[in-house]
Amino acid sequence: MASRYIANTAAEQKQMLGVIGAGSVEELLVTIPAKARLARPLGLAPALAESDLIRHMRSLADENADADGHVCFMGAGAYDHYVPSPINHMILRGEFFTAYTPYQPEASQGTLRTIYEYQTMIAELTGMDVANASLYDGASSLAEAALMAHAATDRREVVLSRGVHPLSRRVTATYCEGPGIKLRDAGAPDGATDLAAAKKLVGPRTAALVIQTPNFYGCLEDVAAAAEIAHAAGALLIVVADPVNLGVLEAPGKLGADIVVGEGQGLGVPMSFGGPNLGVFAATKALVRRMPGRLVGATVDTDGRRGFVLTLQTREQHIRRAKATSNICTNVALCALMATIYLATLGRRGLVRVGELSAAKAHYAAERLAKVPGVALRFGAPFFKEFTLKLPKPPERLVARLAKQGFLAGVPLKTFDRGLADCLLVAVTEKRTKAEIDAFAAAFEKAVA
Amino acid sequence: MAAGAYDNLIFELSSPGREAFSLAEADVPQADARTLLPAKHLRQDAPALPEVSEFDVVRHYSRLSRMNYGVDTHFYPLGSCTMKYNPKLNEDMARLAGFAKLHPLAPEAVAQGALQLMHELARDLAEIAGMDAVSLQPAAGAQGEFAGVLMIRAYHRSRGEKRTKVLVPDSAHGTNPASTALAGYEVVEVKSLPNGEVDVDALARALDTDVAAFMITVPNTLGMFEPRIVEITELCHAKGAQVYLDGANLNAILGITRPGDLGFDVCHFNLHKTFTTPHGGGGPGAGPVGVKAHLEPFLPVPVVTKDGDAYALDWKRPKSIGKLQAFWGNFGMLVRAYTYIRTMGADGLRQVAENAILNANYVMKRLEKDYDIAVPGPCMHECVLSARRQKKLGVTATDIAKRLLDLGFYAPSTYFPLIVEEALMIEPTETEPKETLDAFCDAMIQIAREAETNAAVIHDAPVTTPVRRLDQTKAAREPDLRWTRR
Repeated sequence: MASRYIANTAAEQKQMLGVIGAGSVEELLVTIPAKARLARPLGLAPALAESDLIRHMRSLADENADADGHVCFMGAGAYDHYVPSPINHMILRGEFFTAYTPYQPEASQGTLRTIYEYQTMIAELTGMDVANASLYDGASSLAEAALMAHAATDRREVVLSRGVHPLSRRVTATYCEGPGIKLRDAGAPDGATDLAAAKKLVGPRTAALVIQTPNFYGCLEDVAAAAEIAHAAGALLIVVADPVNLGVLEAPGKLGADIVVGEGQGLGVPMSFGGPNLGVFAATKALVRRMPGRLVGATVDTDGRRGFVLTLQTREQHIRRAKATSNICTNVALCALMATIYLATLGRRGLVRVGELSAAKAHYAAERLAKVPGVALRFGAPFFKEFTLKLPKPPERLVARLAKQGFLAGVPLKTFDRGLADCLLVAVTEKRTKAEIDAFAAAFEKAVA
Repeated sequence: MAAGAYDNLIFELSSPGREAFSLAEADVPQADARTLLPAKHLRQDAPALPEVSEFDVVRHYSRLSRMNYGVDTHFYPLGSCTMKYNPKLNEDMARLAGFAKLHPLAPEAVAQGALQLMHELARDLAEIAGMDAVSLQPAAGAQGEFAGVLMIRAYHRSRGEKRTKVLVPDSAHGTNPASTALAGYEVVEVKSLPNGEVDVDALARALDTDVAAFMITVPNTLGMFEPRIVEITELCHAKGAQVYLDGANLNAILGITRPGDLGFDVCHFNLHKTFTTPHGGGGPGAGPVGVKAHLEPFLPVPVVTKDGDAYALDWKRPKSIGKLQAFWGNFGMLVRAYTYIRTMGADGLRQVAENAILNANYVMKRLEKDYDIAVPGPCMHECVLSARRQKKLGVTATDIAKRLLDLGFYAPSTYFPLIVEEALMIEPTETEPKETLDAFCDAMIQIAREAETNAAVIHDAPVTTPVRRLDQTKAAREPDLRWTRR
């Protein structure tokens, strides 16, 4: 049976074998020992024709409660933000989409230029000197930041606020095991990090203090105060931030961050059940030669024209092997391209509007929901687009019930923090309308009653 | 306009007042962020992002795209990267709202279709590789390697063994030693035989009780199947070491042989190589990792399970190595790979391997007179040439690569594997037709002639690309990593 993804016809195969001087493809497999050969066909489902396969895929997709068919109030690291139409059209251009890592720069100037634009935009948003070409996701970016802080300071402890996303903390723990970096938790009993307690944990062995703002519970953190604590002990400050918020919220670099990482999914990347995402990574100039991942730099060609190349590659695994700053090779370049086009489209005023609208609608929703009898904001700290509610009923049941009514009500916190088993994390983006929020509040009130 | 005439960055198109976005006016009563949030959290200066129209955006990125070679537009014989055609249907499927717009923490009861897809893909990959269980979580091959080595480490520890070293051949991809070092192991390089095969005697000598694992690529990075592989995995097991397969070259063996049957304990898959998900200019990919049953308890959490007709995420796995990324894996890539496997079926995948091997052997045969072949005899899915003959004439592998760009082809991988002088590593893949292979071989032969008679045209190359050879030294000495207004 022919496959539409393989060009060679039987006649062409025969012709090619003739040139090679082999009677059959089988003769080309002589180096594979007979006892190592698979003697049966693979046990896979039969091949499907295109329309049958589409039908099957639709049936799988239709079982999922997506943010088109439901009104989404879920966040916790993935957000239903507006995705301008040109993004998808531009990334699907085969010259971007089907290109490899730009190792041959003369034939890859398109990709290299978009990465240079991306680095510029991320550096600007985070207030840092330099951003890399992307890492896998926000969680692995944080893990790499912890490794980099360890390498830069030659210290073996990292103090992590409990306000940092629990899943990011788990990923960081995985990465820190090999190098033997000890992670210490700084509490956030009132939503925001207890900085007085954190200060006691930060000392001469601390490579970095890590805070997230707004943190996992939605609360804004005092970045400047955290920077003072870290720097007084000779440690670095790592700030986890969502770049889509940075049109309105102060750039962490302006407040003393040495490394800024974050999940960039909100910058035009579909939620896609959690991946691929966009690992944002930015740092001060002093740390550039210890950075993980690819960097694009401007240079000139033999005729003196401006051009772009992958640079400072002696940090990377294909050159330094076991001594590389990171093992990363494949990154998420296409997601970085989505973010670049997103930020070009939103521009100077659009990103500010996204932040303002999200914050305004979130505060309106919080006010409405906190008026529901038995429901209250769990923390008093200021929040941005996400907040934690305390409920009179198990949040899981409420979420299941509201899903049937077309609402993705939020993320129950029990699995992340046993102490917050009665809490629900609710996120509101600029896409939500007042009418949707009002309808949600009404359904919420009935479900809680 | 020639693509090369375009030299703008998006910032240089900015005109104050232009807008490309569409956002509704605020419809809630209190809409001023400055009254909602404490001043100390607010940004003082609006970010210096471009101000352009939507059409500015579309034309700018369309023009930039034309400064790239992609598989859709150019033959990409990049060895070790499996630059095959990326089916359009995969893209349509990944964009179905039920997949693309699904929140990762959506309740399991309303994400059954996504979980079923993951469960079935893991099962299919396990069957393809002869493994017992697969985690789809690693975001790329390097993260798959990292996960695999961590599982090996956890396994030895669970048996009370403290092994400290991992053996890696000198022909390995750079990620192998990097991932191994990240997992806390000492990396010991094992010399290969001149033909790229594992030196089994050297391996036997290196295998002491401190060795946790041997990590190899099959077929190897010279495009050859490892003839003594079964003996090698048995030798490792006899010394208590685990054997890891770098699955970068899986395309060559689909349906022909399976890593699990060869004795491997762990292997990763590069869905962006073998399973047609796009390379996207450097990613995203996906690097699922498969293991034999004895390593299953150590898989990353959560694992997708099936109970009756219900799918779930299982977090209760006390021996797990933990998490690698925040959520469950690069799901969008998993949808594409799943679509591809369901398109091809068992027969189709076997044809993939056979045609990949046929195409590589055809190219090798056609070029054997004009270039030195690194290893004689039939190759698998890729062949490695050496430009050592051309180098004597002053033409290096880099020069040949640049000249190919002028002749309308992307370049082969160069200077890899490290053990071949002036290496040119060519992987045509099964999706390329014979006439493309012929055109490429004609170009390679033309370059070999030019090296003898007209080397200047090679040294000047490329001249048809938007820029010519770039000053790498300047880029590294005076790093210019972000745009600033001049």
